Amino acid sequence: MEPVIEIRGLSKEFRVGFWQRRILVLHPLNLTVYRGEIFGYLGPNGAGKTTTLKLLTGLILPTAGSARLLGQDLAEVGTKRHIGFLPENPYFYEYLTGRELLDLCGRLFGLRAPVRLERIASLLHLTQMDEAADRQLRKYSKGMLQRLGLAQALINDPQLVILDEPMSGLDPLGRKAMRDTILHLKNEGRTIFFSTHILSDVEMLCDRVGILVNGRLQDVGRLDAILTTRVESIEMTLEQVPPALLAALGPLAQGSVFQQAGRVLVRLPDEARLNQALRLSLESGARVLSVAPQRMTLEEHFIREVQGATP
Amino acid sequence: MRVWAIAVNTFREAARDRILYSILAFAILLIGASVILAGLSIGQESKIVKDLGLAASSLFGAFIAIFLGIGLVFKEIERRTVYVIISKPIHRVQFLFGKYIGLVLTLLVTVGVMALLVVTLGWLVDGHWSPGLLLAAGFDFLALMIVTAVALLFSTFSTPTLSAIFTLGVFVIGRLSGDVRLFAEQFAGPGVGQAVFAIYLVIPDLARFQIGSQVIHGLPLAPADLGQSAVYGVGYILMLLLLAVAIFQRRDFK
Repeated sequence: MEPVIEIRGLSKEFRVGFWQRRILVLHPLNLTVYRGEIFGYLGPNGAGKTTTLKLLTGLILPTAGSARLLGQDLAEVGTKRHIGFLPENPYFYEYLTGRELLDLCGRLFGLRAPVRLERIASLLHLTQMDEAADRQLRKYSKGMLQRLGLAQALINDPQLVILDEPMSGLDPLGRKAMRDTILHLKNEGRTIFFSTHILSDVEMLCDRVGILVNGRLQDVGRLDAILTTRVESIEMTLEQVPPALLAALGPLAQGSVFQQAGRVLVRLPDEARLNQALRLSLESGARVLSVAPQRMTLEEHFIREVQGATP
Repeated sequence: MRVWAIAVNTFREAARDRILYSILAFAILLIGASVILAGLSIGQESKIVKDLGLAASSLFGAFIAIFLGIGLVFKEIERRTVYVIISKPIHRVQFLFGKYIGLVLTLLVTVGVMALLVVTLGWLVDGHWSPGLLLAAGFDFLALMIVTAVALLFSTFSTPTLSAIFTLGVFVIGRLSGDVRLFAEQFAGPGVGQAVFAIYLVIPDLARFQIGSQVIHGLPLAPADLGQSAVYGVGYILMLLLLAVAIFQRRDFK
């Protein structure tokens, strides 16, 4: 597989306060993202996600280490020619109209007028911004700004798209549209690297994820490998449970047995106990409504990683 | 092309800002009012119109240079609009030069309007054209370009309030640079004299661009002096811009 992002020992130190105290916000980071992937860069607020993305787009300069994007060194300005970037909560010149902003971005990529016209028209259509295109940005809603931000990130037909919190502040419809667009971009053969703390989006979209906590990369891998390695527990739902069965299930269950509206929910730690519980239930004449293995969700994994890293 | 794109955008920002029009309206009002004032003098009408007109144009031009200049870079970083620009394949130098050229274009239009108004009023009052006024306005414009570069330089590392104070200080001292030099040479003690002379050398000598009174009173102007002033102005601007670039290159946009 062809690497699109190769980060080697990239780190960033900020100096803060009157005494210019040094704070290492990103510990030396090693990470490779391959062509055609959707890579989710996860982490709690303040983990260093945005710092990494700003390093990759040249907004801040690394303290140490290097990175190659699409085979070219980060420090070269020409590297950015095939990269699209959507900043977090994008801020644009509010005195411009949407169309003018896209035109400005196209000019910064050195695109010729006919190419710009054609791209702007198709991107306005893709992001459903045709109607608002000639309104000043000060009159845009947050969702519209985010959509325009995506459009400007795609004006150069990029091979690599870097998105900083693309779903933040969007309503459910907006988030779905953003997800659909990201998948659409992947289908066109582009590589997408995006940061987020909204885990459900990651579960739906990402091929691989990296989890960043306190400026350190804790875990990188395929989502299915991270999440489906083992069954955490098995949940069984029953109806018409006689009191004797209820008493018998108690010792088998992991934690307590839940009762609600005539139904009973038992969580069992392994298959052996499940078989035992099933046999007892069938013998006592209870109805088994469902048996469902519970795998670790990304959320649980995430919380475990974050708690493990936080002293 | 990239520098031009940034310049056009900067010009557009100023052109869509109401503040610019308020300053311009006020300046035009003042220049117009000079006609009334001229009516109070006898035989000196056209001189007063031209003198006041040029002074007003220079003063309001400086207002625009300072108050738009101090926000040129700072505002981009503060409002995070710089993220979208710097993440594109553009050198930071190009961005900075584009911002500068954009504001200089804005000044060119506003000062141009004011200068044409002064020339027209002068013609209405005394009945003949004085193209020398345009030359005077041109040199004044060069001084404003220096002020803009000073504001841009401060804008790369300082807040607008501090930048405004510094730039205004440079503007005032620069306009009085002849007096500063005189003070250093004649009145100050030996140690103080050297210090004041150092200030005279560092602060741009804006007084040398003020040729309005010579033009208005028909005094001779030496082409060599004018050429020297032009070279001095352009050199000073380049130096300021390079300094601004050196600072801006290393800035993190946090």
